[in-house]
Amino acid sequence: MTTVLRLIPLFPFVGFLVNVFLGRRLSKRVSGGIACLAMLASFLVGAIATWTLVQRPSDARVVDDTVFLWIASGDFQIPLTFRLDPLAALMVLVVTGVGFLIHLYSVSYMHEETDGEYARYFSYLNLFASFMLVLVLGANFLVMFVGWEGVGLCSYLLIGFWFKKRSAADAGKKAFVVNRIGDFAFIVGMLLAFREFGTLDFREIAFEAARLSPEVTFGLISLMTLLFFIGATGKSAQIPLYVWLPDAMEGPTPVSALIHAATMVTAGVYMIGRNAALFSLAPITMDVVAVIGTATALMAGTIGLVQNDIKRVLAYSTVSQLGYMFLAMGVGAFAGGIFHLYTHAFFKALLFLGSGAVIHALHGEQDIRNMGGLRRDLPITYWTFVIGALAIAGVPGLSGFFSKDEILYRTFAGGHTLLWTVGAITSLLTATYMFRLVFLTFHGERPESAGSTAHHGGSDHGHGAGHGPAHLHDAPPTMAVPLVLLAIGSVVAGYVGVPHALGGANRIEGFLEPSFHPVAVHAPAEAGVGGGHGETAAHGEESPDADAHGGASVELTLMGVSSLIALTGIGLASVFFLRRRELAQATAARLPAVYRTLLNKYYVDEVYDATVVHPIQRTSERVLWKTVDAGMIDGIVNGAGAFVRGSAALLRLSQTGSVRVYAASIFIGVLLVVGYYLVR
Amino acid sequence: MPTLSHYLVLSAVLFSIGTAGVFLRRNLIAILLSVEIMLNAVNLTFVAVGRYIGSVEGQIIMFFVMTVAAAEAAIGLAIVIALFRQRETLNPDAFTALKW
Repeated sequence: MTTVLRLIPLFPFVGFLVNVFLGRRLSKRVSGGIACLAMLASFLVGAIATWTLVQRPSDARVVDDTVFLWIASGDFQIPLTFRLDPLAALMVLVVTGVGFLIHLYSVSYMHEETDGEYARYFSYLNLFASFMLVLVLGANFLVMFVGWEGVGLCSYLLIGFWFKKRSAADAGKKAFVVNRIGDFAFIVGMLLAFREFGTLDFREIAFEAARLSPEVTFGLISLMTLLFFIGATGKSAQIPLYVWLPDAMEGPTPVSALIHAATMVTAGVYMIGRNAALFSLAPITMDVVAVIGTATALMAGTIGLVQNDIKRVLAYSTVSQLGYMFLAMGVGAFAGGIFHLYTHAFFKALLFLGSGAVIHALHGEQDIRNMGGLRRDLPITYWTFVIGALAIAGVPGLSGFFSKDEILYRTFAGGHTLLWTVGAITSLLTATYMFRLVFLTFHGERPESAGSTAHHGGSDHGHGAGHGPAHLHDAPPTMAVPLVLLAIGSVVAGYVGVPHALGGANRIEGFLEPSFHPVAVHAPAEAGVGGGHGETAAHGEESPDADAHGGASVELTLMGVSSLIALTGIGLASVFFLRRRELAQATAARLPAVYRTLLNKYYVDEVYDATVVHPIQRTSERVLWKTVDAGMIDGIVNGAGAFVRGSAALLRLSQTGSVRVYAASIFIGVLLVVGYYLVR
Repeated sequence: MPTLSHYLVLSAVLFSIGTAGVFLRRNLIAILLSVEIMLNAVNLTFVAVGRYIGSVEGQIIMFFVMTVAAAEAAIGLAIVIALFRQRETLNPDAFTALKW
């Protein structure tokens, strides 16, 4: 059991090695098959490991697999350890399960690439999954950081997969650079943690932190967790570092699904969940996390309302949903946040893959204004997409409802009424923009001009020649199977977390809870998580059970409200974008300033360009390049040469070629030397 | 009876004459002759000092110097002939090409 864990990231890594070294010589069938098999093997091992874990009593559900002692330098001991606990197990299953379906989908989505490119794609995909699994399974910050940086690298490679296209290469660079900013804060936080606790192991840190008195740790842990949170905003696309994610749509669509659903962006949420004990000790950080998460959710939701690129709408919806997860983390509902992460993985992967099927059918068209009426031609895509949209909108009975409701309820119960209000508004926005997407894409009629515009604009797929626009084909089987499976997942995934108020057991929370409170497992008396964090103590006074029963009626009311909100959002969308489209245009025309601000994403990219990118570019060009490099460094190098040449020219004057002058100088030299000794 | 200092003074005078000749003469053969005078001035010093301290080493060195001087004269004169064939002159100022 213990040595099995290392196999989970190893399988995709072997798949990566095979495809990267032999890929050019393998046929597409073989290289795609190897990649899928690696993921499947990893999933099966993960499932077995999880099953074994579940058999244990709930307070002993931790399995370590130390591969070797990685760094040993005096007190600084970092073993390469993988650790499976309920939280990691859930993440492993999501990453490998959803990841496998995305691999399977890619097999036919990418079939028009050449053999070498195809293998390159799958090698990156495998490497991505492998690093994500290292991130999830890592038992200390440094191992996690390896995965953390690895997924950053792979996102760069995959977003810029079509690197011959300038915008794709730029988007890859943007993702990499923005992530680097967050990673820097993460490293600093890590160093701070090591200096304070003398270890980087998550459990040991949790024990150490719990032992310190609040007065000692207050400022320090706040600072540390804030730094970690900045790292998380980079990976998980929160304000202010979310700007890379919408641009990441330049990558192939399955990559968007992988980055946005199963891996990468969830890393930040996972990291906070992993260090829940530490974050609970820093109420200031928790407030910051909650506020940033809510603000991001609202902001991205409003932007998503007016975007016209099918993938961009989904990208902003991802940013918005991640905001929800951070809101959950910030109010102390760690299980709720992870629960939403888990359900989100299903429906967001489904939506992205569905949009990929649409783009595939339309030969690269991504602009929803050029779509419409696709529900007749693409029935499988349509129905699965609708299920995904219903799930993300939070319609009762689907997975998104349970997780989103859990978050909103915990926010409300924690006394954050304002945050709850904003969250509810965002929920309305979510339902509206998702169904705007559905109605514009699949309902109505396709504009006449659509066929001719299909080949330019944000063309994601290079193919298209030889197919008439009238001939639309639905997803082929390898694409349809993942869609259907994910659709089923989007419906049923939520039933592991049916809240107490609906007569469920909220099993997922009970399953995950020990991971968030490694200390409390050993001190059951303190197990309560209460209604969020208090002013003075990390653990609330009342137990979750009492909380749940006392708030059952409140929870039911809130559930009703949020269901109503979801249905209202869908209703609004159907009015504006299905029945009376001119109304939407009229509204946009009546509020031109608002519309333009939203369409231009609050001009955040422009502001960043003006305040950060351009000053840096200008400083780099004028100061660093032209002054420091060309002026000073080149000046020193060239100056050394010029000095030697100048002094040599002077010395050369003494070389006259006249024998008598040489003789004279020898004579004078002798006189001087001898004279010196005589006079002395 | 001449003392050591007499020999040394004579040697110094001869050396100075030789040196002046090397610097001032405009004829390569004359310069070579001046070099010989300088060498012989040194030889005189060796012999005189050897005699003064009662050692034969001064004389041994003198023979070395004479041998070298003979070889040097042979090579020097050969070079002078080669140079003369090139430039039809013996003025050392005509031979300044050996520089960068």
